[in-house]
Parts: sequence; structure tokens; C-alpha cells
Amino acid sequence: MPMASDAGMSPELATFLNFLVIGLSNGMIIALIAIGYTMVYGIIELINFAHGDLCTLGAFLALTLIGALGLGDWSGPWAWAAVTLLLVGAAGFCAALNWGIDRAAYRPLRSAPKLTLLVTAIGISFVLVNLALFWGGLPMEVFGGGNQASAPKNFPELVPTTNLLGSESRVSITPRDLLVAAVTLPLMVALTWLVRFTRLGTSMRAVAQNPTAASLMGIDVDRVIGASFMIGGALGGFGIVVYAIYNGSISFQMGYRTGMDAFTAAVLGGIGSLPGAVLGGLLIGLLRAMSDGYLEARWTPSVVFIVLILVLIFRPSGLLGARVREKV
Amino acid sequence: MKRSVSMLVVGAAALSAAACEKSPDAATGSPSKVLKLVSSLPRTGSANAQTTTMVNGIRMAIDEVGGKIDDWTIVYEDMDDASPQRGNWDPAVETQNAQKSAADRTVVGYIGTFNSGASKISMPILNSAGLPMVSPANTWPGLTKPGLGEANEPMSYRPTGSINYFRVVPTDDMQGKAAAEWARELGVSSVYILHDRELYGKGIADFFKRECEGLGIKVHGFEGIDPKASNYKSLVVKMQALSPDLVYFGGTTQNNAGQIAKDMRAAGMQAKFMVPDGCFEKAFIEAAGADNVNGNTYVTFGGLPAKELTGKGAAFREAYVKQYQQEPEAYAVYGYEAARVMIDAMKRAATKDRAGILKALAATKDFDGALGRWSFDENGDTTNRIMSGNMVKDGEFVFVKKLGG
Repeated sequence: MPMASDAGMSPELATFLNFLVIGLSNGMIIALIAIGYTMVYGIIELINFAHGDLCTLGAFLALTLIGALGLGDWSGPWAWAAVTLLLVGAAGFCAALNWGIDRAAYRPLRSAPKLTLLVTAIGISFVLVNLALFWGGLPMEVFGGGNQASAPKNFPELVPTTNLLGSESRVSITPRDLLVAAVTLPLMVALTWLVRFTRLGTSMRAVAQNPTAASLMGIDVDRVIGASFMIGGALGGFGIVVYAIYNGSISFQMGYRTGMDAFTAAVLGGIGSLPGAVLGGLLIGLLRAMSDGYLEARWTPSVVFIVLILVLIFRPSGLLGARVREKV
Repeated sequence: MKRSVSMLVVGAAALSAAACEKSPDAATGSPSKVLKLVSSLPRTGSANAQTTTMVNGIRMAIDEVGGKIDDWTIVYEDMDDASPQRGNWDPAVETQNAQKSAADRTVVGYIGTFNSGASKISMPILNSAGLPMVSPANTWPGLTKPGLGEANEPMSYRPTGSINYFRVVPTDDMQGKAAAEWARELGVSSVYILHDRELYGKGIADFFKRECEGLGIKVHGFEGIDPKASNYKSLVVKMQALSPDLVYFGGTTQNNAGQIAKDMRAAGMQAKFMVPDGCFEKAFIEAAGADNVNGNTYVTFGGLPAKELTGKGAAFREAYVKQYQQEPEAYAVYGYEAARVMIDAMKRAATKDRAGILKALAATKDFDGALGRWSFDENGDTTNRIMSGNMVKDGEFVFVKKLGG
């Protein structure tokens, strides 16, 4: 669908629009992963440092599925079927794994001091990173035969990078950008509906406000917390598959940086607030793109954190943290 | 899948057992007549494929003399300077290796390290002990050359004031320079230079930039990247607006060289891509995706690929393939050469102790080696300047031409 010629557009404006598209796409991916942090924090006040690394395993599962089922060769409409399969597979896997981690590691520590829980999360993070390192060393063709466990892995091109505005256009929007939006936006709507209008959502908000009172009202608190871990994990699974397709590569360390960005987004938006996580994600995506483009790439991490610090000085509970009463 | 994994493990164990039987460390001579050679290389983690073939090369050099010099027995120990936690060389482990070797008076030669950063740590320790050290892989110029590294380099590595460190590979300043010359031959008139902000990557990018300016190639930008970023799409848009003929990245596979190539091609950027030998490994092509680097990506290497070696080098490759049933990795011959020059010095040494061997090593002149005929200069560097330019074609590295020389 070639758009009317953009010949009249100045090169500066075209460049700016490109940065904008890149920033929004990256931002939506960060937002999906940030929700996993903010949901868990909202309910049990745990900064789940293992979340990013959980997502890494989702990406490795996706690449393993590609290798085992030969998905890389599916083309045309079948490529979209492959993408759907990967999204659902990774989301299900991450949901189950996150639930299992909560059941095995966090639930026995429910009444322990918060610091114990935090240290446990850091420990789980190490376990998951090393699992990913081991996974990348398996002797499969998609992992380069397992010769270089720690090297980044190529993720096959399931979605093309052709410019939808026509190859003449100086502004580029690709099917990959559309994929990011097509996965993120419906999930956000579904999540909002779930938290606002369903029985589970009401229970989650109740547990977030006061777990003791919630359990007195007959809410099974552990089940609700388990469900939050599942939902956060599933969104992380969706997010990381979109990440892998959008960037075209994965590595065992991807969760660390992605997790850091997502955690920063959650804090920027107001940790515990779902709309805040989305807003924070988009802001960080845009900041990164603009800083890479207009400053130098080496300043980008500093720029992100300077903005975070400024926001926290003037609004200590984050951009949307104060206005939203419920934590979820 | 599981079955094939366990079979691989069994196979590997059998291989290493066979290697042990053949190696001379099993044959212990009289304890007083022992010349102990150690190597300190990252044997755990991502460099393992390279270092395994280097250790094989060292063993071959020792086997060539039958593990003996006159009535002295050469004993070899293969030390690991990496730790599983880091998956890479570890300062704590390298320190330990150096201290252990310095304390053991039978150790008369130290082959290592692989990473320049590791040598920065072990050099002063071994220098104080007067223990001769030959690196098969360090390329940071500051380790030996005054004025090219930091202000106190290389004197900070030589507490005794004398030289005990030598290397058999040409340094990064040579490689950066050769890369720029090659770029001009390829008809490049403008470049955008990126680097990973590390000692190796930024260092080599600096030398590349300096030479480009000297050759009249326009440098559009010189920029450090965040090596852990998920993508470089904005950076690519920025570079695209300047349309350079070539993008140079000073850095390694681990620091996202593949992602840069991928983002350039995804955005339809046509510029050539050039990287140094930190990316001269199969993992780089795999990380980038072969389609993104085929026919447009140039890789310099501070030596020759095994297949291009001539004379003793070609003989080495032949013997290697015969013994290990596979092609040696690029650095294998440097492990072999480092061990050979060390053994040669042991032979010539008037007294078979550290001081005698060090003296003989420093006096190495016109050594007839696998890399050609070369000497150690007054800094301890090899006079060998032969490097190579390679391209990626059909998902493989293809030798294009000799550089430097």
C-alpha cells in the first residue's frame, strides 16, 4: 500500500519519523515485559529480578521450536501461523514456569522478610541465566551446533522487513512494526478488561490492597498470587517472542538488559500501576531511539537514567503511581 | 536428542583420554631434570573452540622434540584462566595461575594469555619472577609498545625493568592500519566508525580512524555503542542519512557485531561492513545471519588462516588434520609457534633455568617458524607483519588477500 509521495517531506522530518516508529516499537516490547514486574510488585511487593531471565528462556523455547518443527521454512500465510504458534507456545511456557517458580521458591517465603524474597529472586535469576547458557549450547543447528553457547543466536526471518510505505518512501514502517502493535495493543485491552471487570481481577485488586482482609473475605490469596505470576509470565512470553522477531536475534544475556529497561519503565510509570508500566515502556523506547539518533549511542543508558531520576525527584511514586489508588 | 548428547560426551572423554596417553606429562623423568611449560588460556566458555586447538598445537610442538631436550624432560600443564561464572577469562583465576607458576621453580615457560586484559594482570607477577612468557594471541599494543597505550604502559608491566614478555602475533595498531589501507583499495571514500568501548574494540577503531584520516578517507562519525542494546535501528537511520561507503565496527561477536549487520541490512543500508579479528569466528556469521553478511562483509585478521600457511605452517596444518581429524582454528598455529619458539630457546639456553632461557628467547633471530622467518624486536614483538583480509561468502569466511607484509 504505497502512500502518496513523501517527496515534499524534509529529510530531517523523515529521520525524526523513523526514530519515532523505532522508539514506539521498542517501547511496546518493553511495556509488555514491564507489566510482569509491576503486577508482581503490586500484589506481593516483590521486585522480581528473575522476570527478564524468565523471558529469555521463552525466547530459547521459541528458537528450539523453530529448529524442531522447521518453522523457519514456512512462508506466506504459514509464516503467520508459525508466529502465532511461537507466541502461544512461549506464553504458555513462561506462564507455567513463572507459576512454578512462585510455587517452589516464593510461596514458602510469603511471611518471611521482604529482603529474603528479593535475594531469592536474584538467585532464581542466576539459575535461569545459566539454564539459558546451557540451552544455547545444545547441539542443534539453530544454536550453531552448540559450539558457542554464549554467542548471540540468529532468529530466522519469519516476518519480512519490506517497507509498507513503498521502497521509495524515506519513512519506513515494516510488517515487524505492525506485528509489535498487533500483539501489544489487544493484550493491553484484554488485561485491562481482566483486571477491571472479572472476578479474578477483583480478587487481585483486593489482595493488592490488603491480603489479610482479602483472605477473610474468602479469597484464596495464594491462588490469586499464582494467577498474577501466570499472567505476568504469559505477557513476558508474548513480549520476548515479539522482541526476537523484531530484532532477529537472541542471547542468553538478553533478559538482563531487557529486564532492566522494563523494570525502569515500571518505576518510571509508577511501580504497581499497569497503565504506568505501558506509559513508562513507551517513554523509554522513545528516549532510547532519540538519544541513539540525536546524541551518541554511548550516552543512551545515562539519558534513560537521568530522566528516571528527574521524574522520581518531582514525582516520587512515578508518573502514574500517585493517581492510581489500587496497586493493580 | 538426549542420546546424541551423551554419546558426544562419551566421545569427547575418550578423545581426551587418548590425548593424555600420548602427551608427555604422563612420562615423568627424574624430578631434578624437568623443564615445565605451562599455558594459561580460557578453556571454559565461549573461547573454548579456539583454545582447544591452541593447546593441541602446543602439544604437537612438544611431541615434535619427543618431549625431551638432551636429558631434560619437558612437562606441560594446560591451565584454565576462565571461570564458569564469567564464561570468559577471570582476573582472579589468571592471578592464581601466574602466582602458582611463579612459585614453582620447575616452571621455565608460560604460554599465555589469550586476552590482552589477562596479560595486564599476569605480566608484572611473572616479570618479578623472571619467568619467560610468550603470548600466542594478545594484540593490545600497550603491552609492549611505548606511546601507543596508556601513559604508564608498558613500563607498569615490568617492575624489574627488563623484558620477559614476548608475542608471536602482530598488534592491533598494525591491524587497524592494514584495515584502512584495504578499505581504500576497495574504493571506499567515506566511513562511519563504531566501537564497543572496550580496550580491544576502541583501540583498534582508534587506529583505523587515524589511518583513514591519513589516507584522506572521510570519517562521518566515531561512536561507541551500548554492546548490550537490543538493536541499533536508530543508529542505522542516522548513519543512512550520511550514506557512508563503509561501516567499521571495532569490537567482538559477543559485543553485538552481528546485530549491527542485521539492523543495517534490515533497513536496506547498502554500505560495506568491516570488522576486526574479534569477529573472525563462525559464531559471528551465525549471529548476523549469513544472508546479512554474504558478499558485503570484510574481516581483517592479524595473521593468516590455516589454509593459507606455507612451508612449515602448511606442514603443521597437514599434521594437525591427520592427528585430530579436523581443521585447526585460526589461532592454533600461534599456540604451536609460541611453544616452538619457547622450546627453541630452551635448546639454545646455556643454563636450563629461567634466566638462561629468557636470555636465549630474547635473542631469537630469524626463527624459521610456521609463520615464516621472523625475530623478536627490542620490545618483545614479532617482526612478522603478515595479516589477512577475508570476506564472507555463502556463510563461510573466504580468504581474499594478504595485508601488511
